[in-house]
Amino acid sequence: MNSHVINVKTRGPILFGGVTAGEGLKKALAMSRSEIISEVRASGLKGRGGAGFPTGVKWNLAAAALGQRKFVVCNADEGEPGTFKDRVLLSDYADLVFEGMTIAGLAIGARQGIVYLRGEYRYLLAPLEANLARRREEGLLGSAILGRQGFDFDVEIRLGSGAYVCGEETALIESLEGHRGEPRNRPPFPVDTGYLGQPTIVNNVETLALAASVLAKGAEWFKAIGTDKSTGSKLFSVSGDCQSPGVYEFPMGITIAQLLKVVGGEEAKAVQVGGASGHCVPAKQFERTLAFEDIPTGGSIIVFGPGRDMLKVARNFMEFFVEESCGQCTPCRYGNVALLEGVEMIEKGRCSMTHLNELKALGETMQISSKCGLGQSSSNAFLSIVTHFENEILGRPVPA
Amino acid sequence: MIATEQQNLTAEIAELAGRHGRDRGALMPILQALQERHHQISEFAMQEVAALLDVHPVEVYSVVTFYAFLKAGKEGKFVIRLCRTISCDMREKDKVARQMENELGISFGQTTADGMFTLEWANCLGMCDQGPAMLVNDQVFTAVTFEKVHDVLEGCRRSFSVHPAPKGGH
Repeated sequence: MNSHVINVKTRGPILFGGVTAGEGLKKALAMSRSEIISEVRASGLKGRGGAGFPTGVKWNLAAAALGQRKFVVCNADEGEPGTFKDRVLLSDYADLVFEGMTIAGLAIGARQGIVYLRGEYRYLLAPLEANLARRREEGLLGSAILGRQGFDFDVEIRLGSGAYVCGEETALIESLEGHRGEPRNRPPFPVDTGYLGQPTIVNNVETLALAASVLAKGAEWFKAIGTDKSTGSKLFSVSGDCQSPGVYEFPMGITIAQLLKVVGGEEAKAVQVGGASGHCVPAKQFERTLAFEDIPTGGSIIVFGPGRDMLKVARNFMEFFVEESCGQCTPCRYGNVALLEGVEMIEKGRCSMTHLNELKALGETMQISSKCGLGQSSSNAFLSIVTHFENEILGRPVPA
Repeated sequence: MIATEQQNLTAEIAELAGRHGRDRGALMPILQALQERHHQISEFAMQEVAALLDVHPVEVYSVVTFYAFLKAGKEGKFVIRLCRTISCDMREKDKVARQMENELGISFGQTTADGMFTLEWANCLGMCDQGPAMLVNDQVFTAVTFEKVHDVLEGCRRSFSVHPAPKGGH
């Protein structure tokens, strides 16, 4: 593996700490399906892709759903700007991820797992395939896993082809089925009508690795880390204006100020939490915590130093969404273009307060009327930047 | 396209369908393989795939045109994708981009006349901690500098030259 793929800065308590692959699966095999799901529920583990849905609840719904076949899908379409922790997990901790998938298969009664790997990470395909081959040889995948009759499970890797929206779970399923990556209406949710119309759980790479850790060490051990509502630890992908960008593991509930101190970014005037679809947090709010009850995040932290032009930042994010909107629903297809045009007017110093207020209202309309998470969150960055940095944005000199 | 080329492509698509299956779910893997081997998915190829998978050719076209890494038009042997998203942008990707255009004599979105290089923008490559980042086909390059741009392009050219440099020294 290329050394630059891995850039781990702190080794935290769970993923980069004490858990070794193999433990979790052995313990799971000694438990009943409902015991496994109860353990995951008791741990309080919530989805690490950013949405924070309780993993045990998702598994339980899929386990209870009726279907001829069930599927475990690992969402490795890590496309959120500023996020790269799954790249590290898939490079260095792939066994833990595959083990999490296998345990999930056991828990819900699935025989097939699929990793949806973004096309941009194709260089990870060969090492991951080699890992799967080794796991089959060791009896960790295939028929009668670790000698348990009737427990068959295997994993296949499928590639994406460069579409951010495929990180949305129903778009991902559409793509797996050979369609354009256009999100579906929810409900029905994938847990009962997923891949090929069958019950499917779609979990983030980190969530699956953590689920294996929960089975290895127990729900109580996991719950002791983090906060009451956000248990366990989280991987943070840190980039931008700081001394040591990279992947960090911290307990949930760390404040932005604490994080900035570790990464060498105390000078920051703002931090983008959650990537392009997240929120821009100004320095006066750095005491807020990174947790589901305060600022939820998939772990993307982009640091903006004192010299950064926040309007340029907003422009970059809006260009991203204009490009990546799937075009299916109107608020997202047109709204992002209108916001980008708004940024261009502000750049030219030709945006009135009235017009800015109209743009804000449009952004809020997009949040409530778009079909999927992409459109519902694509105006977040624009709205938080124009709100917190109004004095920087309005009254810009008219370019000569 | 001459007849034998078409026949070869038809046979190749049949072979791919044999490997990946003939249900709709096989569409992406088949298209990805065609893209990798031929640097494009021609209209003829789309029709052949559609016939084998028993879907309308427009369905295949709609998929090809949706995904950034699938192309109806011919791309170069080396597709260079420079990340333009925020963290790489803050690490001065614009300078690298200009140098790339100067080295290749083309703009973003274009292919060199010899069919060797295509230059494209990419959205977040997931190398935000080590930008500016770029992909050359499947290979990732990080912390790209002017010198690195030159070296990488030279490396691509050498790997395709008619008279490769002798092994074992200069």
